Amino acid sequence: MTSTDDTWQSYTQRIEELAGRLGLKFHPVDFEAVPDTFMMEIAVYGLPVRMPHWSFGVRYIYQLIQRHMGHSRLFEVVFPGNPGHAYLASSNGLAENVLVTAHVLGHADFSRNNLLFQRCQEQVSEHIVEHAANHARQIQQAIETHGVQRVEAVLDAALALEQHIDVDQSLRRARYPEYLEDKRTPEEDDFRKRFAQLEPAAASSGIEPKKRAPVPPHPERDLLWFVAQYAPEMESWERDIFLAVREESFYFYPVFATQIMNEGWASYWHARLLREADFVPQQAYVDAIKCHSDVVRPIAADQQVALSINPYHLGFAMWEKIVESEGLEAARDIMIQDDDFAFVRNHLTRELAEELSLFRYSARSDGQIKVLEQDLTALHEAILSPKYNFGAPSVLAKRVRNDGTLELVHDYALDGRGLDLERSRKVLDYLQRVWRRPVQLTTTNQAGLALELTAP
Amino acid sequence: MAANSESGGGQSGGDAAKWYELFSRGARDWLRHDEKVRESVRQHLPQIVAGGELINGGSRTVRVPVRMLEHYHFRLRRPEEQQGAGQGKAKPGDVFADPSRQRGSGEKGPGGQEEGEVQLLLEFKVDDIVDWLWEEMQLPNLKARVGASEDSDWVREGWDRRGARSRLDRRRSFKELVKRRGAPGATPTFTDEDLRYRQLARRRQPAIHAVVFFLLDVSGSMSDRDRKLAKTFFFWVVQGLRREYRSLETVFVAHTTEAWEFTEAEFFQVSGTGGTVASTGFAKVQEIIEERYNPGRCNIYLFYASDGDNSVSDSADAREGLSAIAEDACFTGYVEVSSGLSRQLATETGRLFAELAAAGCAAGSYALNDFDDVWGAVRHFFSAESRAEEGA
Repeated sequence: MTSTDDTWQSYTQRIEELAGRLGLKFHPVDFEAVPDTFMMEIAVYGLPVRMPHWSFGVRYIYQLIQRHMGHSRLFEVVFPGNPGHAYLASSNGLAENVLVTAHVLGHADFSRNNLLFQRCQEQVSEHIVEHAANHARQIQQAIETHGVQRVEAVLDAALALEQHIDVDQSLRRARYPEYLEDKRTPEEDDFRKRFAQLEPAAASSGIEPKKRAPVPPHPERDLLWFVAQYAPEMESWERDIFLAVREESFYFYPVFATQIMNEGWASYWHARLLREADFVPQQAYVDAIKCHSDVVRPIAADQQVALSINPYHLGFAMWEKIVESEGLEAARDIMIQDDDFAFVRNHLTRELAEELSLFRYSARSDGQIKVLEQDLTALHEAILSPKYNFGAPSVLAKRVRNDGTLELVHDYALDGRGLDLERSRKVLDYLQRVWRRPVQLTTTNQAGLALELTAP
Repeated sequence: MAANSESGGGQSGGDAAKWYELFSRGARDWLRHDEKVRESVRQHLPQIVAGGELINGGSRTVRVPVRMLEHYHFRLRRPEEQQGAGQGKAKPGDVFADPSRQRGSGEKGPGGQEEGEVQLLLEFKVDDIVDWLWEEMQLPNLKARVGASEDSDWVREGWDRRGARSRLDRRRSFKELVKRRGAPGATPTFTDEDLRYRQLARRRQPAIHAVVFFLLDVSGSMSDRDRKLAKTFFFWVVQGLRREYRSLETVFVAHTTEAWEFTEAEFFQVSGTGGTVASTGFAKVQEIIEERYNPGRCNIYLFYASDGDNSVSDSADAREGLSAIAEDACFTGYVEVSSGLSRQLATETGRLFAELAAAGCAAGSYALNDFDDVWGAVRHFFSAESRAEEGA
C-alpha cells in the first residue's frame, strides 16, 4: 500500500458518498488494480476468466499490435453484479483513478437500474464473472477428457453462433411442447348427446391420437439453444458448451445494446461527480478533466473528420442535453427504460446532431467516401444499423427433416441483402460437425435470387 | 473506459504482476492459433513450396507468408455502397478518400469486427517438411540399386585396448571398469586394462551416388503455368531422392526440336518456340550419361515433363532413345503437364511410357493438371519406384 493508494481509497469513499447524495443507486463495487497485460486480456475476452479458444488469440495479437502502436489504452473494465467488480489499470495515475472511480459508479448505477440489464441479470444471476470462470474450468476439463480437437470443434460452432440468441426467452428455456395442443373438444350439444346414446362405440372413436408438434414449431432465432436441445446426436458435454456460450451471450447483450447510453451515462457522471467533488485538489481535478476530454474526444487529434462515432462522446453529449433540458429525474427515467435504439431515436435531436456536426456518408467499395444529405431519421439508422439483432444477420432454424437435416433460413428481406457466402459456408461446416447431419441454409445471391448452401 | 492516447503504461512489478501472469490466456490461445496455422500450412506445402531456386543449395528453410486465421461468423455480404455515420467538418456532397485505407492500418469498422490484415511469416526447415511429408504420406523409402563397382570408406568397427587417445571410448571403458570391480563401491580407479579404443576399418560400400536428369519440354505449346507445375514437381522429387542418396547430382536438359543442357538457374527461365521432338532430349541425356556417368557406379533417374504432343514422325526415334536410357536407369518417370485440358496420358509421349512400363521396365506416368496434384504425382512415382524395386 502506497500513499497514493491511501489517498485514492479515501477519495473513493467520498466519491461514493457524493454519488449517493446525487441519487445514484448502485451495488457496492470491488476495485482491483491489475497490470496492463491483464487489462488487455479482459478487453480481449470480455470477461476476466473465459473459456479458451484460438480466436481469442487472434484478437489478443491485434490488441497487442494496437497497443504497441500506442493507439489505445484501457483505464478500467467493470463487471456488473452484486457486488460489482471493477478492474483498474495499475498504470493509472491518481487523477486517472479518481476519474475512473467516478466513471465506474456511473456504470454501476446504470447496470443496476436499466431494465434491459436487470432483465438479463435476472437470467444470468449477479455472478457472471464466477459463472464464466466456471465455464472455463468445465471446458478445460472437457479438453482433458475428450482432447483439444473435439472440444475445439464444438467451440468453433458455438462461438460462431454467439450472437444468435433470443434474449426475450428465458436462459433456462424449456423444450417445445412435444404434442400439438388438442383441438378444442366440441361442445356438448343435444345432438351429440343423443348420438352418443345411439351408438357409444362410434362416438368415442372420434378421439384422435395426439399429433407430434413439428420441430421447431415456428422459425427459431435462438440458435445456440436450439442446437443444444435438438441436435440429433450431440453428447451432453457438447450441449453444455453451447449453453455456456449462450449464457455468456446473455450477459454481453445488454452491454452491447446500451453501449451509447451506458458509456455516456458513466461519462456524464464522472464529469459531474468530479465537478462537485470539492475535496479533490485542483491539480488532480485538472489532470482528471484532461483525461476526460481524451476519453470523450470525438475525433483523433490529427484528423478533421471521423468516420465512426465515439459512443462515449455521443452518449455524454446527449445526456448533458437531456439533463439540461428535462432535468435529472426525467434523465433517470430514460436511463431506466431505454436501450440505444430508443435512446438515439427519441433523444438525438436535429439541433444536437448539428451541434455535434454528425453526418451521414456512403462508402464505396473502392474507398471513396461521400457525405450525404442531412436526414435525421436516416442518421439514426446509420448509427443504429450495426446494432440490430446483436450485430448479426437474422438467421433462423426453420425445420428439421426426418433424416435429421437442419434447415436454416436467412431473413434477407429483413436484412436487406444476402449473406457473405464464403463465410456462411464455413459456419455451416463448423455447425455440421456438431449437428452431425447435413445442414442447409437459404439466403440470396448478388442478384437477389434465393440460394441454398449445404454442408457437407 | 478507453482513450486514444500516446502514453504507454508503466508496469508495476512484484508478486502481484506475477500472479496475473498465471492467467496469460491470450498468449496460450495465440499459441493454439499458431499451431493451427502450421497444421494448415503443412497440408498445402506442395503448392506453397514451389521455389525452384531451392532445388540446389540455397537456404534450407522456406518462409511462408500466411494470413491470420479467421473465426467465421454469419455476415452480410459487403454491399457496393455502405452507409455510415461520422463526425466532423464535412458538408453534404463532400467527397474524400477513406483515410484509414491510406494508412493501411486495421481501423475497426462500425461493427468492431473488421480487422486489418496482418501477415505472419512462418519459417520451416525444408528437411523437416520432407521428413514430415514422407511420414504423413507413408511414402516408401527407396533402396539404392547396388552398382557393380563399389566405394571404399572408413567405418567404425570394434574396440581395441590400444589406440589413439582421440578414439578412447569412455562409456565402454567405464563398463570394463565396473565389470572388473564386480560391484560399485569405493571410488573407481581406471587401469590401462580397462581402456577401450574404437577401431576403424576400411570397408567397401555399395555405390550410393545418384544422378537425376530433369528433362523438360519447352516447346511453344508449354505455358508458363505448365513449366511452373513441372518445376514444383521436380523440386519434390529432388527432396525425396535426397533422403536416400548422400550425393545427388542434378542435370537439367530442355528440348524443343533440339536439346540443350542448362544450369538450374537458367533452366527454369528457358522458353522455346517450335515443335516437340522428344528423341533429341533423350539423345542428349544418353550422351551425358555416356560422357559423365557410369551406370554401374551410379543410380540414374530420369524425369520427363512435357505436354505430350510429340511429333508423330519422331515416335520411332523417341521409343529407341527412351529404351536405351531405361536400360541403364533405375527409374524413368513421365509427368504430363497439361493445364486446362486433362487428356489423361492419351498422347504420343504418354503411350511411349506406357509401352515401356508394359515391357517390364521401371517406368511410371502421371497426368499433372493442377498444383493440388503435385503431391499426388510425387506419391505416385515413389510408390511406383518401390514396386519396381520389389519386382526386380
